[in-house]
Amino acid sequence: MPERIDVLKTYKLFIDGKFPRSESGRSIEVRDRGGGVAAHASRASRKDLREAVEAARRALGGWSGSSALLRGQILYRAAEMMEGKRAELAGAIVASRGANGVKQAQAEVALAVDRMVHYAGWADKFSQVLGCHNAVSGPYYNFTFAEPTGVVCVVCPPSPPLLSLVSLLAPVLCSGNTAVVIADAADPLPAAVLGEVIATSDFPAGVCNILTGDPGELVPFVASHRDIDGVHAAEVSPELAAALRVGIAENIKRTVVHGEVDWKSAACESPWWIEPFLEMKTVWHPASA
Amino acid sequence: MDGSPPELMHSRPSPPVDNVMVAQRAAEFTKRSIKKEAKVSGLLMALSMLDLTTLEGKDSVEKVRGLCRKAARPWDRDQDVLGYGVGPVAAVCVYPSLVATCAEALGPARRVKIASVATGFPSGQFPLDVRLDDTRRAVADGADEIDMVINRGAFLAGRHDEVAEEIREVKRACRRRDGSFAHLKVILETGELETLDLVRRASDLAIRAMADVDFEAGIEAPGTPDFIKTSTGKVQPAATMPVTLVMLEAIRDWHAATGRVVGMKPAGGIRTAKQALHYLVMVNETLGPVRVEGFDGCPWLTQDYFRFGASTLCNDILRQLAWLKSGRYQAGYDFSEA
Repeated sequence: MPERIDVLKTYKLFIDGKFPRSESGRSIEVRDRGGGVAAHASRASRKDLREAVEAARRALGGWSGSSALLRGQILYRAAEMMEGKRAELAGAIVASRGANGVKQAQAEVALAVDRMVHYAGWADKFSQVLGCHNAVSGPYYNFTFAEPTGVVCVVCPPSPPLLSLVSLLAPVLCSGNTAVVIADAADPLPAAVLGEVIATSDFPAGVCNILTGDPGELVPFVASHRDIDGVHAAEVSPELAAALRVGIAENIKRTVVHGEVDWKSAACESPWWIEPFLEMKTVWHPASA
Repeated sequence: MDGSPPELMHSRPSPPVDNVMVAQRAAEFTKRSIKKEAKVSGLLMALSMLDLTTLEGKDSVEKVRGLCRKAARPWDRDQDVLGYGVGPVAAVCVYPSLVATCAEALGPARRVKIASVATGFPSGQFPLDVRLDDTRRAVADGADEIDMVINRGAFLAGRHDEVAEEIREVKRACRRRDGSFAHLKVILETGELETLDLVRRASDLAIRAMADVDFEAGIEAPGTPDFIKTSTGKVQPAATMPVTLVMLEAIRDWHAATGRVVGMKPAGGIRTAKQALHYLVMVNETLGPVRVEGFDGCPWLTQDYFRFGASTLCNDILRQLAWLKSGRYQAGYDFSEA
């Protein structure tokens, strides 16, 4: 018997429910501790970003119109899929860090799964907590309730690669927004594996798109893109934060840029992480009817 | 050449089509690199060739008025974003009952032509006198162009003479009282014709039948600017590059044989600016070098002899122009609905 040749995985982008390579043909070399090449991942270009935003826009009507219960179930399903892929996800985190990071990686995956479950639970509850019944003078009911903002771009810090991504993404998705994730090229493999989780969790195509690439290259296009309604980012460089502010000033996006975050903390599990990407709608209804 | 008796041209058989080469050649046209200024001028050319179309059962007067406004001025923010005005497009394309609405909305001094589908669009499965009456009414209401459908049932059953006679009858019905003709576009509905050989035969048949009426009326070359058109948009596949190439070759061969000029309109399925540029490359590389007496440059690279039947294409062209100018991606709400 000849010696078996390993079948190595090609890590690709996740756009509109499919796994394309970058249209630019570029890739990222992921190096291990010893400096050897552990894997190649796709390096997204601005055109990949454009495609992802179009897919997210197309998917918005269906996803925001689906029932809150269904969205919660699908997020929970994603947590289940992550649970089944715990070893693979931990391996993807460890690939660039060496074997002594295994325990830490396993802990990160467990926390990420729990965080997904947390926001799955919020899907059919945030509206009750953040909405209200307003007292008005007259024979009317007056309600305020929350609707999703639209297409939100999630910009992740390089570390922790999986936990930060899930923490920023899940609150955006659970309320009915669609998302385009930009995962940092410094550690792209967990994001690429998460695409497979999303693909097998009953999310409609385009609801969540995951790009791996250089935020320095892509974020200026995010900022100026008129069809992105919000940006959820954390720990970005001062230059990128400035680029975001310029874009927002011009085309008005809901934008939250977290400073330094303790990703393990329960502070990352809060309806106030959902609230920035909601639009409050108030309606009047005759009380006598 | 021109003036040879029509019956002689009918005896000329359609050449066979090499499927493999057509597919390969059509694919080649998608590989040209068109950037910067060339891209802008290509996009503006495509915009000027648009037949902005609405052919839904739910079309209303107000919807068609909106379409006419869009046709006359495709983008209200053109000066702000681009620094120059764009439009108008070539024509609006509507159902016969809405032709009068278009004529009113566009006004007497309009630069946008009114095209009406007729002859029992989209199936054509109506008695001939009903189809002819449909045509006459649309012309009387002010249609500049008539988009007719051929009788595919008869064509596929081999009754080619019957199809040709019907096209001649419809073209005669396009004649106005003053003797001028509303321009005719013959829709082959290539999605139902099964093979490229049949597309070529139908193209030749339609081109010759339309020319017959020009002969009757004593119209010299280049003849009435009539068109052949791929599709209704109601059948899949609609316009494709190989089908359009075969039809362009029929037009080229007809011009070479007779000096007469027939236009081409791919319709249905062309949604992106990129696709539109691919089609223009195809026109240029098939008919671009052809020179016709009385024309500056290639007649098929003008709206007089080439059209796109589309609706969403308009906004994608505008989006691309805005991107090229500003370096910013635009949102859907930046453009009015067609």
